[in-house]
Amino acid sequence: MNRYPLWKYLTVAFALLFGLVYTLPNFFGESPAVQVSSAKATLKVDDKTRERVASTLQTAGIESSGIFLDSNGVKVRLRSTDTQLQTKDLLEKQFNPDAGNPQYVVALNLLSSSPQWLSSLHALPMYLGLDLRGGVHFLLQVDMKGAITKRLDAISGDLRTLLRDKTVRHAGITREGERVVIRFRDNETRNKARIVLEDNQPDLLLADQGEGDELKLVATLKPEAIKRIQEFAIKQNMTTLHNRINELGVAEPVIAQQGADRIVVQLPGVQDTAKAKDILGRTATLEIRMVDDTPGAIEAAQAGQPPFGTELYVERGAMPLLVKKQVVLTGERLTDAQPGFDNQTHEPAVHLTLDSAGARIFKDITRDNVGKRMAIVLVEKGKGEVVTAPVIRAEIGGGRVQISGRMSTMEANDTALLLRAGSLAAPMEIIEERTIGPSLGAENIKKGFLSTMWGFAAIAAFMIAYYMLFGLVSVIALASNLLFLVALLSLLQATLTLPGIAAIALALGMAIDANVLINERIREELRNGSTPQAAIHTGYERAFGTILDSNITTLIAGIALLIFGSGPVRGFAVVHCLGILTSLFSAVVVSRALINLIYGSRRKVESLAIGQVWKPANSTAGTVK
Amino acid sequence: MEFFRISKDIPFMRHALVFNVISLLTFLLAVFFLFSRGLHLSVEFTGGTLIELNYAQAAKLEQVRDGLGKAGYTDFSVQNFGSSQDVLIRLPLKAEQNTAKIGEAVMQALAADAPGATLRRVEFVGPQVGKELAENGALALLLVVIGIVVYLAFRFEWRFSVSAIIANLHDVVIILGFFAFFQWEFSLSVLAAVLAVLGYSVNESVVVFDRVRETFKKARGLSTPQVLDHAITSTISRTIITHASTQMMVLSMLLFGGETLYYFALALTIGICFGIYSSVLVASPLVMWLGVSREQFIRPKKQIEGANEDGAVV
Repeated sequence: MNRYPLWKYLTVAFALLFGLVYTLPNFFGESPAVQVSSAKATLKVDDKTRERVASTLQTAGIESSGIFLDSNGVKVRLRSTDTQLQTKDLLEKQFNPDAGNPQYVVALNLLSSSPQWLSSLHALPMYLGLDLRGGVHFLLQVDMKGAITKRLDAISGDLRTLLRDKTVRHAGITREGERVVIRFRDNETRNKARIVLEDNQPDLLLADQGEGDELKLVATLKPEAIKRIQEFAIKQNMTTLHNRINELGVAEPVIAQQGADRIVVQLPGVQDTAKAKDILGRTATLEIRMVDDTPGAIEAAQAGQPPFGTELYVERGAMPLLVKKQVVLTGERLTDAQPGFDNQTHEPAVHLTLDSAGARIFKDITRDNVGKRMAIVLVEKGKGEVVTAPVIRAEIGGGRVQISGRMSTMEANDTALLLRAGSLAAPMEIIEERTIGPSLGAENIKKGFLSTMWGFAAIAAFMIAYYMLFGLVSVIALASNLLFLVALLSLLQATLTLPGIAAIALALGMAIDANVLINERIREELRNGSTPQAAIHTGYERAFGTILDSNITTLIAGIALLIFGSGPVRGFAVVHCLGILTSLFSAVVVSRALINLIYGSRRKVESLAIGQVWKPANSTAGTVK
Repeated sequence: MEFFRISKDIPFMRHALVFNVISLLTFLLAVFFLFSRGLHLSVEFTGGTLIELNYAQAAKLEQVRDGLGKAGYTDFSVQNFGSSQDVLIRLPLKAEQNTAKIGEAVMQALAADAPGATLRRVEFVGPQVGKELAENGALALLLVVIGIVVYLAFRFEWRFSVSAIIANLHDVVIILGFFAFFQWEFSLSVLAAVLAVLGYSVNESVVVFDRVRETFKKARGLSTPQVLDHAITSTISRTIITHASTQMMVLSMLLFGGETLYYFALALTIGICFGIYSSVLVASPLVMWLGVSREQFIRPKKQIEGANEDGAVV
């Protein structure tokens, strides 16, 4: 009765082999590597790039232990961290001759040093979380309200142009909160405007308001339009972050949406956290507005009474400036920005390229406002700063704009980078941040490993002393549980964090429960006078129901943690749940297979090596049958 | 080896009232401390900034405090973290602060008074995140409770599920009471530990209840307290060995896991100790008082109907 059919033994053997293969890469560890990837969407990294890397290394006499091409780029595996830095500098020089305008991202990375056949099976080491490898983690909140009001501001501008083009005379367009109000003097014009708007602005819901001379048309955004704007805002912001991070040179950045309005950014292995925060923290949006140079207005504004529709700013260089609230152009219309020099004066300058819609607006504006000034405003966290306020000398067509004057080369570079990285569709704020130094990560791995090891050793020693051979089988089952768990984590490439390691330890501490249940049950059966073979059979049989119930209740807690947990709790929950599933298999199936192998084939079993089974002389505990 | 040589069933149920009074007192004490002292919530919940520094020599905390005070920080706390070389600084949330720069700002502030530090870790949590975490934690707890009650009512009987969840929720409150009394830091990982303990000690009650059901089915002529006594006695060796094994692992985390895992392991330790007590000595009397009897297990059909009717009460 204690024999398994062959297929069960094979299943166990196969599972163990599978566990071993996928656990193996973790023993080989990782080697230093340098990664070359594209910094621009238009530039593809292909076999040619790989060859170029190989030939560069060859001429410099640097020996690598493998050059690989994958979807992320070309990776060069190296033998030591010294050559890693040397290689990085070399490739940086070779691939980015113009440091101001990098074409490629050259970054330090780590590569699995397991042999090729393992990698081709997709057997990779566990993916370590930031708390184990060091790096920066940010959670950014996108200001959706800001995205909507910004869109409405742009819409009011569009409406103005539209009504002027169609020669519909209105008495003013303003944004009031989350709606745009258009004023009219008579009903006829309003109806005309309504038809024009319905044809050209499908996103708007229109409503009539007011009476007599004060007729109004109130436009609000349709719910689906709001949803679209929000989705677009988060996408646009993520793209922008991608571009900014590319400038940083991080090997495997994680930029992911979390919930409806949040973005997670993780930069593993980043040492220069200050720079990372600096670049990411610049949550700037660009706006081009007109300057109000009406005589006397600036004095009024300084006295605390700016004229209607204007705001007081201080230009770089401390000159007060009165800027109109109406936004002419936003950063969305910008396709490129490069630092350079003015052709005539040789002053540092920033060259902007606008898209076709932007170019047309810019042409109109400059034609109508020759001799006046326009302000380029960078809005960071709700506060605007006038970068520069140049005088419009002539109509500018073709969408190529140059900003110069009172800028250093460094400032030109910075401004260009900021503009080129794309302005954000909506302002963002860092609401959570974690920076973990690399030494702390290594220490955390050591601590987690030590606690698991000593805990395992203590349990193993006790189990073997208490249950003898059955204890040994339990320990082997527990070890196989660890093997399965690590293999699964490696296969799924789930992020392993310090709480995750704690969950591994805890999973082992809890998994032994199943084996204790079984062993105690077998002892009890023996105590009640069963034969050894029958005791094994009923012991496993009866214990299984209990094991299942108790594991399911633990699993319920694990799943609740998985659903509601975030950050460290999630890392714990994933391992906790996986651990419960693997322990069911290892404690019941693997240990049974071993016991069957040992006892199942014997004809006559006199006694079981399960430690001393004490029998009461005159028991009431044993009378229940 | 055989530790447990029990020849007669131990009459646990005779002292049921005593166990429950002890348990109730501990529970009330825990609730009292929870309200009077409150939990010392970590930065993850309250929002704020946490900075870990490492000095080559033993750190002089006074100088660190002076440096921060001079730089205009208020309400901060500075303490050693694990060793005398490691320093942990906690800063409260401030509206106008530039969060991106706070790590460097602190390093600059310390450069004059307490130089030579390396920045090991910075954690900043905004106010909205903290609130959400607390809400999600409560939701997770609720989901665990509902899940377990429903599962046990389905597998056993509503009386079992109610007593199991009462016994184990009281564990949770007692763990929280300990954290309130000693003002240990209650972080996200402690929350994870608390929920894991809830699942784990319910599993304890399940083992006993499983045996209760089995004994009811097999044995005739035993009174309900006798059945419970028998069930507890025959599982007591397993209960203690299992918990000892789990505790060995947790102890190892407590000793080797460092500061980060310390409170996690501590919460588990309290949970495991009280888990044995409550799931065995509190849950079983509750089942008895709720009126469990043999009839509920012998005619399974009728019992399921009854469970459904009463299940609505659950």
